[in-house]
Amino acid sequence: MIDNTHSFRFFQRGPSPVVRLVFFVTLSLLLMFVDARYRYLESARSTLSVLVSPIQSLASLPGRIWRDVGDYLTLQSSLKNSNHALQTQHVVDAGQLARLQALELENKQLRDLVALPIRDTYTTTLAEIIYSERDLFKRKVVINKGADAALQAGQVVMDDNGIVGQITRVYPWLSEVTLITEKDHVVPVQVLRNGLRTIIFGAGDTSQLALRYMPISSDIQEQDVLVTSGIDGTYPAGIPVAKVTKIERDAAYPFARITCLPLGGVDRHKHLLILSAQAKLPELPPSEVSVEDARNAKAKRKK
Amino acid sequence: MALHNPNKTEIQRPVGNLYIFSSIVIAVLLNGLPWEGVALMLRPDFVAMVLLYWCMHKPMRIGIGMAWAVGIFADVADASLFGQHALTYTLLAFGGVVLHRRLQMFDLRQQTTQVLGLFALTYTVYALMHWLIDGDVVWGYFLGCITSTLMWIPLSLLLQGLRQIRVGRDS
Repeated sequence: MIDNTHSFRFFQRGPSPVVRLVFFVTLSLLLMFVDARYRYLESARSTLSVLVSPIQSLASLPGRIWRDVGDYLTLQSSLKNSNHALQTQHVVDAGQLARLQALELENKQLRDLVALPIRDTYTTTLAEIIYSERDLFKRKVVINKGADAALQAGQVVMDDNGIVGQITRVYPWLSEVTLITEKDHVVPVQVLRNGLRTIIFGAGDTSQLALRYMPISSDIQEQDVLVTSGIDGTYPAGIPVAKVTKIERDAAYPFARITCLPLGGVDRHKHLLILSAQAKLPELPPSEVSVEDARNAKAKRKK
Repeated sequence: MALHNPNKTEIQRPVGNLYIFSSIVIAVLLNGLPWEGVALMLRPDFVAMVLLYWCMHKPMRIGIGMAWAVGIFADVADASLFGQHALTYTLLAFGGVVLHRRLQMFDLRQQTTQVLGLFALTYTVYALMHWLIDGDVVWGYFLGCITSTLMWIPLSLLLQGLRQIRVGRDS
Protein backbone atom coordinates (compact mmCIF):
# COMPACT_ATOMS: atom_id res chain seq x y z
CA MET A 1 0.00 0.00 0.00
CA ILE A 2 2.74 2.35 0.99
CA ASP A 3 4.92 1.39 -1.92
CA ASN A 4 2.27 2.57 -4.37
CA THR A 5 3.96 5.96 -4.37
CA HIS A 6 7.02 4.54 -6.09
CA SER A 7 5.84 1.55 -8.06
CA PHE A 8 8.58 1.93 -10.65
CA ARG A 9 11.87 1.18 -9.02
CA PHE A 10 14.61 2.53 -11.22
CA PHE A 11 17.19 2.56 -8.47
CA GLN A 12 18.09 0.08 -5.85
CA ARG A 13 17.28 1.72 -2.55
CA GLY A 14 17.82 -1.11 -0.11
CA PRO A 15 15.04 -2.44 2.12
CA SER A 16 11.70 -0.68 2.08
CA PRO A 17 10.77 1.77 4.86
CA VAL A 18 8.43 -0.76 6.44
CA VAL A 19 11.18 -3.36 6.74
CA ARG A 20 13.52 -0.77 8.21
CA LEU A 21 10.83 0.42 10.62
CA VAL A 22 10.16 -3.09 11.89
CA PHE A 23 13.88 -3.78 12.25
CA PHE A 24 14.70 -0.63 14.18
CA VAL A 25 11.58 -0.72 16.33
CA THR A 26 12.38 -4.31 17.33
CA LEU A 27 15.96 -3.31 18.06
CA SER A 28 14.81 -0.38 20.21
CA LEU A 29 12.32 -2.48 22.14
CA LEU A 30 14.96 -5.14 22.72
CA LEU A 31 17.46 -2.54 23.95
CA MET A 32 14.85 -1.03 26.26
CA PHE A 33 13.96 -4.40 27.68
CA VAL A 34 17.62 -5.26 28.31
CA ASP A 35 18.32 -1.83 29.79
CA ALA A 36 15.30 -1.86 32.07
CA ARG A 37 15.67 -5.43 33.31
CA TYR A 38 19.41 -5.94 33.39
CA ARG A 39 22.34 -3.60 33.59
CA TYR A 40 24.43 -4.94 30.73
CA LEU A 41 24.58 -1.73 28.74
CA GLU A 42 26.29 0.57 31.24
CA SER A 43 29.69 0.27 29.58
CA ALA A 44 28.21 1.05 26.15
CA ARG A 45 26.47 4.03 27.69
CA SER A 46 29.63 5.39 29.24
CA THR A 47 31.50 4.92 25.94
CA LEU A 48 28.86 6.85 24.01
CA SER A 49 28.77 9.51 26.69
CA VAL A 50 32.37 10.36 25.79
CA LEU A 51 31.06 11.44 22.38
CA VAL A 52 28.08 13.29 23.81
CA SER A 53 29.78 15.06 26.70
CA PRO A 54 31.56 17.73 24.59
CA ILE A 55 28.17 18.75 23.17
CA GLN A 56 26.69 18.75 26.63
CA SER A 57 29.43 20.86 28.11
CA LEU A 58 29.12 23.24 25.17
CA ALA A 59 25.39 23.48 25.85
CA SER A 60 25.95 24.34 29.49
CA LEU A 61 28.47 27.02 28.49
CA PRO A 62 26.02 29.96 28.02
CA GLY A 63 24.58 29.42 31.48
CA ARG A 64 28.04 29.21 32.97
CA ILE A 65 29.19 32.39 31.21
CA TRP A 66 26.03 34.16 32.37
CA ARG A 67 26.75 33.13 35.93
CA ASP A 68 30.40 34.07 35.75
CA VAL A 69 29.54 37.52 34.39
CA GLY A 70 26.97 37.84 37.17
CA ASP A 71 29.63 36.86 39.72
CA TYR A 72 32.03 39.41 38.28
CA LEU A 73 29.51 42.23 38.38
CA THR A 74 28.34 41.68 41.97
CA LEU A 75 27.99 44.85 43.95
CA GLN A 76 30.59 45.51 46.57
CA SER A 77 27.93 46.05 49.21
CA SER A 78 26.43 42.59 48.66
CA LEU A 79 29.91 41.06 48.77
CA LYS A 80 30.55 42.87 52.02
CA ASN A 81 27.25 41.70 53.45
CA SER A 82 27.81 38.10 52.51
CA ASN A 83 31.36 38.26 53.82
CA HIS A 84 30.08 39.57 57.11
CA ALA A 85 27.42 36.87 57.29
CA LEU A 86 29.99 34.19 56.51
CA GLN A 87 32.34 35.48 59.18
CA THR A 88 29.60 35.46 61.80
CA GLN A 89 28.67 31.96 60.70
CA HIS A 90 32.31 30.95 60.90
CA VAL A 91 32.61 32.14 64.49
CA VAL A 92 29.50 30.20 65.46
CA ASP A 93 30.68 27.12 63.58
CA ALA A 94 34.15 27.28 65.09
CA GLY A 95 32.63 27.29 68.55
CA GLN A 96 30.46 24.33 67.69
CA LEU A 97 33.37 22.52 66.07
CA ALA A 98 35.47 22.89 69.19
CA ARG A 99 32.63 21.44 71.21
CA LEU A 100 32.18 18.65 68.69
CA GLN A 101 35.85 17.74 68.88
CA ALA A 102 35.70 17.61 72.64
CA LEU A 103 32.59 15.44 72.44
CA GLU A 104 34.18 13.19 69.83
CA LEU A 105 37.17 12.66 72.06
CA GLU A 106 34.96 11.92 74.99
CA ASN A 107 32.84 9.60 72.86
CA LYS A 108 35.94 7.76 71.72
CA GLN A 109 37.11 7.27 75.26
CA LEU A 110 33.71 6.03 76.35
CA ARG A 111 33.53 3.67 73.38
CA ASP A 112 37.02 2.43 74.19
CA LEU A 113 35.82 1.74 77.69
CA VAL A 114 32.91 -0.42 76.51
CA ALA A 115 34.90 -1.74 73.49
CA LEU A 116 32.44 -0.62 70.80
CA PRO A 117 33.74 -0.01 67.27
CA ILE A 118 34.21 3.64 66.40
CA ARG A 119 31.74 5.05 63.88
CA ASP A 120 33.02 5.50 60.37
CA THR A 121 34.34 8.88 59.40
CA TYR A 122 33.94 10.17 55.88
CA THR A 123 35.90 12.46 53.68
CA THR A 124 33.94 14.46 51.14
CA THR A 125 34.42 15.42 47.52
CA LEU A 126 33.03 18.68 46.24
CA ALA A 127 31.19 18.61 42.92
CA GLU A 128 29.16 21.05 40.91
CA ILE A 129 25.76 20.48 39.31
CA ILE A 130 26.08 20.86 35.55
CA TYR A 131 22.42 20.64 34.83
CA SER A 132 19.29 19.49 36.52
CA GLU A 133 16.24 17.54 35.40
CA ARG A 134 17.00 16.61 31.82
CA ASP A 135 13.91 14.47 31.76
CA LEU A 136 10.55 15.72 32.98
CA PHE A 137 9.78 12.28 34.32
CA LYS A 138 12.75 12.07 36.63
CA ARG A 139 14.24 13.96 39.53
CA LYS A 140 17.87 13.74 38.61
CA VAL A 141 20.83 16.06 38.34
CA VAL A 142 24.15 15.61 36.60
CA ILE A 143 27.35 16.62 38.40
CA ASN A 144 30.76 17.38 36.97
CA LYS A 145 32.75 14.57 38.54
CA GLY A 146 32.71 10.95 37.49
CA ALA A 147 34.97 7.94 37.37
CA ASP A 148 37.94 10.32 37.13
CA ALA A 149 37.32 11.37 40.75
CA ALA A 150 36.81 7.73 41.81
CA LEU A 151 33.09 8.14 42.36
CA GLN A 152 30.96 5.04 42.59
CA ALA A 153 27.31 4.36 42.17
CA GLY A 154 25.61 4.27 45.54
CA GLN A 155 27.59 7.05 47.17
CA VAL A 156 25.63 9.57 49.17
CA VAL A 157 25.32 13.16 47.99
CA MET A 158 24.58 15.95 50.43
CA ASP A 159 24.96 19.67 50.83
CA ASP A 160 25.69 21.68 53.94
CA ASN A 161 22.14 21.23 55.25
CA GLY A 162 21.26 17.65 54.56
CA ILE A 163 20.93 14.71 52.22
CA VAL A 164 20.31 15.55 48.58
CA GLY A 165 20.44 12.16 46.91
CA GLN A 166 22.52 9.29 45.79
CA ILE A 167 24.82 8.66 42.82
CA THR A 168 23.10 6.22 40.52
CA ARG A 169 25.26 6.20 37.41
CA VAL A 170 28.90 7.08 36.83
CA TYR A 171 30.31 8.20 33.50
CA PRO A 172 33.97 8.95 32.79
CA TRP A 173 33.65 12.66 33.63
CA LEU A 174 30.10 13.01 34.84
CA SER A 175 27.78 11.26 37.20
CA GLU A 176 24.08 11.16 37.65
CA VAL A 177 22.54 11.86 41.02
CA THR A 178 19.03 10.69 41.83
CA LEU A 179 17.43 13.14 44.24
CA ILE A 180 15.60 11.96 47.32
CA THR A 181 12.45 13.51 45.87
CA GLU A 182 12.44 11.00 42.99
CA LYS A 183 9.28 8.94 42.98
CA ASP A 184 9.54 5.95 45.32
CA HIS A 185 13.06 6.80 46.37
CA VAL A 186 13.42 5.59 49.93
CA VAL A 187 15.57 6.81 52.82
CA PRO A 188 15.45 5.19 56.26
CA VAL A 189 15.12 7.94 58.83
CA GLN A 190 14.44 8.51 62.46
CA VAL A 191 12.79 11.36 64.30
CA LEU A 192 15.48 13.40 65.99
CA ARG A 193 13.25 14.27 68.94
CA ASN A 194 12.40 10.75 70.10
CA GLY A 195 14.34 8.30 67.93
CA LEU A 196 11.23 6.89 66.22
CA ARG A 197 12.39 4.95 63.15
CA THR A 198 10.58 5.08 59.84
CA ILE A 199 11.08 5.33 56.10
CA ILE A 200 10.68 8.44 53.96
CA PHE A 201 9.53 8.30 50.33
CA GLY A 202 10.03 10.75 47.49
CA ALA A 203 6.84 12.12 45.98
CA GLY A 204 8.17 12.45 42.43
CA ASP A 205 6.10 15.24 40.97
CA THR A 206 6.80 17.82 43.64
CA SER A 207 9.84 18.55 45.74
CA GLN A 208 8.15 16.98 48.74
CA LEU A 209 8.70 13.83 50.73
CA ALA A 210 6.15 11.63 52.48
CA LEU A 211 6.10 9.28 55.44
CA ARG A 212 3.70 6.62 54.28
CA TYR A 213 3.26 3.92 56.87
CA MET A 214 3.05 5.81 60.14
CA PRO A 215 0.17 4.73 62.38
CA ILE A 216 -2.20 7.51 63.41
CA SER A 217 -1.17 7.12 67.01
CA SER A 218 2.56 7.50 66.35
CA ASP A 219 4.35 10.22 68.24
CA ILE A 220 5.26 12.64 65.51
CA GLN A 221 4.66 16.37 65.38
CA GLU A 222 4.91 19.13 62.86
CA GLN A 223 8.38 20.72 62.68
CA ASP A 224 9.99 17.44 63.76
CA VAL A 225 13.39 16.97 62.14
CA LEU A 226 14.10 13.62 60.52
CA VAL A 227 17.69 12.38 60.32
CA THR A 228 19.05 9.27 58.63
CA SER A 229 18.97 6.24 60.87
CA GLY A 230 21.84 4.49 59.11
CA ILE A 231 20.04 1.17 59.18
CA ASP A 232 20.30 0.37 55.48
CA GLY A 233 24.06 0.76 55.35
CA THR A 234 23.83 3.19 52.43
CA TYR A 235 23.11 6.43 54.22
CA PRO A 236 25.34 7.08 57.21
CA ALA A 237 23.49 7.80 60.44
CA GLY A 238 22.65 11.22 61.76
CA ILE A 239 22.48 13.37 58.63
CA PRO A 240 19.45 15.67 58.48
CA VAL A 241 16.96 14.71 55.78
CA ALA A 242 13.66 16.52 56.15
CA LYS A 243 11.34 18.48 58.35
CA VAL A 244 7.71 17.48 58.88
CA THR A 245 5.45 20.18 57.48
CA LYS A 246 1.95 18.75 57.64
CA ILE A 247 0.24 15.86 59.40
CA GLU A 248 -3.29 14.74 58.53
CA ARG A 249 -4.74 12.24 60.95
CA ASP A 250 -7.92 10.83 59.47
CA ALA A 251 -9.54 8.11 61.56
CA ALA A 252 -10.88 6.46 58.41
CA TYR A 253 -7.36 5.41 57.39
CA PRO A 254 -4.96 3.29 59.40
CA PHE A 255 -2.01 5.53 58.51
CA ALA A 256 -1.50 9.22 58.99
CA ARG A 257 -0.73 11.32 55.93
CA ILE A 258 2.51 13.10 56.65
CA THR A 259 4.27 15.41 54.22
CA CYS A 260 7.77 16.70 54.73
CA LEU A 261 10.10 19.12 53.02
CA PRO A 262 13.74 18.22 52.42
CA LEU A 263 16.24 20.17 54.52
CA GLY A 264 19.03 19.91 51.99
CA GLY A 265 18.81 22.28 49.04
CA VAL A 266 17.57 19.59 46.70
CA ASP A 267 16.40 22.10 44.10
CA ARG A 268 18.55 25.05 45.01
CA HIS A 269 22.25 24.62 45.37
CA LYS A 270 24.96 24.51 42.77
CA HIS A 271 27.60 22.72 44.81
CA LEU A 272 27.23 19.33 46.40
CA LEU A 273 29.29 17.19 48.73
CA ILE A 274 29.82 13.53 47.98
CA LEU A 275 30.67 11.24 50.85
CA SER A 276 33.71 9.32 49.70
CA ALA A 277 33.04 5.95 51.29
CA GLN A 278 29.95 3.91 51.74
CA ALA A 279 29.18 2.74 55.22
CA LYS A 280 30.37 -0.79 55.85
CA LEU A 281 28.01 -2.70 58.04
CA PRO A 282 29.00 -6.03 59.50
CA GLU A 283 27.49 -8.98 57.66
CA LEU A 284 24.11 -10.21 58.75
CA PRO A 285 24.52 -13.01 61.22
CA PRO A 286 24.09 -16.12 59.08
CA SER A 287 23.48 -18.52 61.95
CA GLU A 288 19.96 -17.30 62.67
CA VAL A 289 18.96 -17.63 59.05
CA SER A 290 20.30 -21.14 58.86
CA VAL A 291 18.55 -22.09 62.09
CA GLU A 292 15.36 -20.63 60.67
CA ASP A 293 15.88 -22.55 57.43
CA ALA A 294 16.53 -25.73 59.30
CA ARG A 295 13.36 -25.23 61.29
CA ASN A 296 11.40 -24.62 58.11
CA ALA A 297 12.92 -27.67 56.52
CA LYS A 298 12.01 -29.73 59.56
CA ALA A 299 8.49 -28.38 59.52
CA LYS A 300 8.18 -29.29 55.88
CA ARG A 301 9.47 -32.77 56.50
CA LYS A 302 6.97 -33.27 59.31
CA LYS A 303 4.18 -32.32 56.95
CA MET B 1 5.74 34.42 0.12
CA ALA B 2 7.79 31.42 1.01
CA LEU B 3 4.78 30.28 2.97
CA HIS B 4 2.97 29.47 -0.26
CA ASN B 5 4.50 26.49 -1.91
CA PRO B 6 8.21 27.18 -1.67
CA ASN B 7 8.91 24.35 -4.11
CA LYS B 8 7.47 26.21 -7.04
CA THR B 9 8.90 29.63 -6.36
CA GLU B 10 12.43 28.45 -5.60
CA ILE B 11 14.61 25.86 -7.19
CA GLN B 12 15.69 23.14 -4.78
CA ARG B 13 19.37 23.60 -4.18
CA PRO B 14 21.74 20.76 -3.37
CA VAL B 15 22.46 20.19 0.31
CA GLY B 16 25.83 19.20 1.66
CA ASN B 17 26.18 16.36 4.13
CA LEU B 18 28.07 18.71 6.41
CA TYR B 19 25.08 21.04 6.49
CA ILE B 20 22.73 18.22 7.50
CA PHE B 21 25.15 16.90 10.08
CA SER B 22 25.78 20.30 11.66
CA SER B 23 22.06 21.05 11.80
CA ILE B 24 21.52 17.85 13.78
CA VAL B 25 24.43 18.60 16.12
CA ILE B 26 23.06 22.09 16.74
CA ALA B 27 19.66 20.58 17.48
CA VAL B 28 21.23 18.22 20.04
CA LEU B 29 22.97 21.25 21.49
CA LEU B 30 19.71 23.19 21.75
CA ASN B 31 18.06 20.24 23.47
CA GLY B 32 20.96 20.15 25.89
CA LEU B 33 20.68 23.76 27.01
CA PRO B 34 19.90 23.94 30.72
CA TRP B 35 16.10 24.04 30.45
CA GLU B 36 14.35 23.73 33.79
CA GLY B 37 10.83 23.44 35.11
CA VAL B 38 8.19 25.05 32.91
CA ALA B 39 10.74 25.92 30.24
CA LEU B 40 11.62 22.22 30.04
CA MET B 41 7.95 21.36 29.60
CA LEU B 42 7.57 23.93 26.85
CA ARG B 43 10.86 23.07 25.18
CA PRO B 44 10.28 21.89 21.63
CA ASP B 45 12.19 18.75 20.73
CA PHE B 46 14.66 20.34 18.33
CA VAL B 47 16.26 17.03 17.39
CA ALA B 48 12.92 15.53 16.41
CA MET B 49 12.05 18.61 14.35
CA VAL B 50 15.33 18.68 12.46
CA LEU B 51 15.19 14.93 11.86
CA LEU B 52 11.66 15.19 10.52
CA TYR B 53 12.64 18.08 8.28
CA TRP B 54 15.47 16.12 6.70
CA CYS B 55 13.42 12.93 6.45
CA MET B 56 10.84 14.91 4.52
CA HIS B 57 13.22 16.79 2.28
CA LYS B 58 16.10 14.37 1.82
CA PRO B 59 14.67 10.90 2.56
CA MET B 60 17.51 9.30 0.62
CA ARG B 61 20.14 10.71 2.98
CA ILE B 62 18.51 10.94 6.38
CA GLY B 63 16.25 7.98 6.93
CA ILE B 64 15.09 5.63 9.59
CA GLY B 65 18.51 4.19 10.41
CA MET B 66 20.04 7.61 10.93
CA ALA B 67 17.12 8.69 13.11
CA TRP B 68 17.61 5.60 15.24
CA ALA B 69 21.32 6.33 15.69
CA VAL B 70 20.59 9.94 16.68
CA GLY B 71 17.98 8.60 19.11
CA ILE B 72 20.59 6.42 20.81
CA PHE B 73 22.75 9.50 21.36
CA ALA B 74 19.74 11.37 22.70
CA ASP B 75 19.18 8.50 25.13
CA VAL B 76 22.71 8.81 26.41
CA ALA B 77 22.42 12.58 26.67
CA ASP B 78 19.10 12.45 28.53
CA ALA B 79 20.00 9.40 30.60
CA SER B 80 16.73 7.80 29.53
CA LEU B 81 16.44 4.11 28.81
CA PHE B 82 18.48 2.86 25.87
CA GLY B 83 16.13 2.81 22.91
CA GLN B 84 13.46 5.11 24.28
CA HIS B 85 14.32 8.10 22.12
CA ALA B 86 15.57 5.77 19.40
CA LEU B 87 12.14 4.16 19.14
CA THR B 88 10.30 7.48 18.95
CA TYR B 89 12.69 8.97 16.41
CA THR B 90 12.42 5.80 14.32
CA LEU B 91 8.64 6.16 14.21
CA LEU B 92 8.97 9.86 13.41
CA ALA B 93 11.42 9.20 10.60
CA PHE B 94 9.17 6.49 9.20
CA GLY B 95 6.29 8.95 9.14
CA GLY B 96 8.47 11.55 7.47
CA VAL B 97 9.87 9.18 4.85
CA VAL B 98 6.55 7.58 3.98
CA LEU B 99 4.67 10.87 3.83
CA HIS B 100 7.42 12.94 2.23
CA ARG B 101 5.76 13.16 -1.17
CA ARG B 102 2.45 14.22 0.28
CA LEU B 103 4.04 16.69 2.69
CA GLN B 104 6.07 18.31 -0.05
CA MET B 105 2.88 19.00 -1.99
CA PHE B 106 1.53 21.06 0.88
CA ASP B 107 2.56 24.56 1.83
CA LEU B 108 3.99 25.14 5.27
CA ARG B 109 0.67 25.87 6.99
CA GLN B 110 -0.88 22.68 5.72
CA GLN B 111 2.26 20.80 6.64
CA THR B 112 1.87 21.98 10.22
CA THR B 113 -1.32 20.03 10.77
CA GLN B 114 0.27 16.86 9.40
CA VAL B 115 3.37 17.42 11.50
CA LEU B 116 1.25 17.81 14.62
CA GLY B 117 -0.03 14.28 14.10
CA LEU B 118 3.50 12.88 13.76
CA PHE B 119 4.77 14.72 16.83
CA ALA B 120 1.72 13.66 18.83
CA LEU B 121 2.41 10.05 17.88
CA THR B 122 6.05 10.21 18.94
CA TYR B 123 5.31 12.02 22.20
CA THR B 124 2.59 9.51 23.02
CA VAL B 125 4.90 6.57 22.37
CA TYR B 126 7.59 8.11 24.58
CA ALA B 127 5.14 8.74 27.42
CA LEU B 128 3.65 5.26 26.96
CA MET B 129 7.06 3.65 27.27
CA HIS B 130 7.65 5.61 30.41
CA TRP B 131 4.28 4.62 31.78
CA LEU B 132 4.96 0.95 31.09
CA ILE B 133 8.30 1.02 32.87
CA ASP B 134 7.82 3.50 35.71
CA GLY B 135 4.05 3.59 35.96
CA ASP B 136 3.43 7.32 35.86
CA VAL B 137 2.83 9.98 33.23
CA VAL B 138 3.68 13.68 33.45
CA TRP B 139 0.97 15.37 31.41
CA GLY B 140 2.94 18.59 31.04
CA TYR B 141 5.30 16.63 28.83
CA PHE B 142 2.77 16.82 25.99
CA LEU B 143 3.06 20.62 25.87
CA GLY B 144 6.38 20.09 24.09
CA CYS B 145 4.48 18.44 21.25
CA ILE B 146 2.48 21.63 20.66
CA THR B 147 5.48 23.95 20.83
CA SER B 148 7.37 21.66 18.46
CA THR B 149 4.51 22.00 15.99
CA LEU B 150 4.38 25.77 16.41
CA MET B 151 8.12 25.95 15.76
CA TRP B 152 7.76 23.97 12.54
CA ILE B 153 7.22 26.93 10.21
CA PRO B 154 10.11 29.03 11.62
CA LEU B 155 12.41 26.01 11.51
CA SER B 156 11.52 25.10 7.94
CA LEU B 157 12.01 28.69 6.79
CA LEU B 158 15.31 28.90 8.67
CA LEU B 159 16.76 25.69 7.23
CA GLN B 160 15.51 26.66 3.77
CA GLY B 161 16.96 30.15 4.06
CA LEU B 162 20.36 29.00 5.32
CA ARG B 163 20.57 26.62 2.38
CA GLN B 164 20.11 29.49 -0.08
CA ILE B 165 22.76 31.60 1.62
CA ARG B 166 25.30 28.81 1.60
CA VAL B 167 24.76 27.94 -2.01
CA GLY B 168 24.76 31.62 -3.03
CA ARG B 169 28.16 32.08 -1.43
CA ASP B 170 29.60 29.00 -3.10
CA SER B 171 28.60 29.85 -6.66
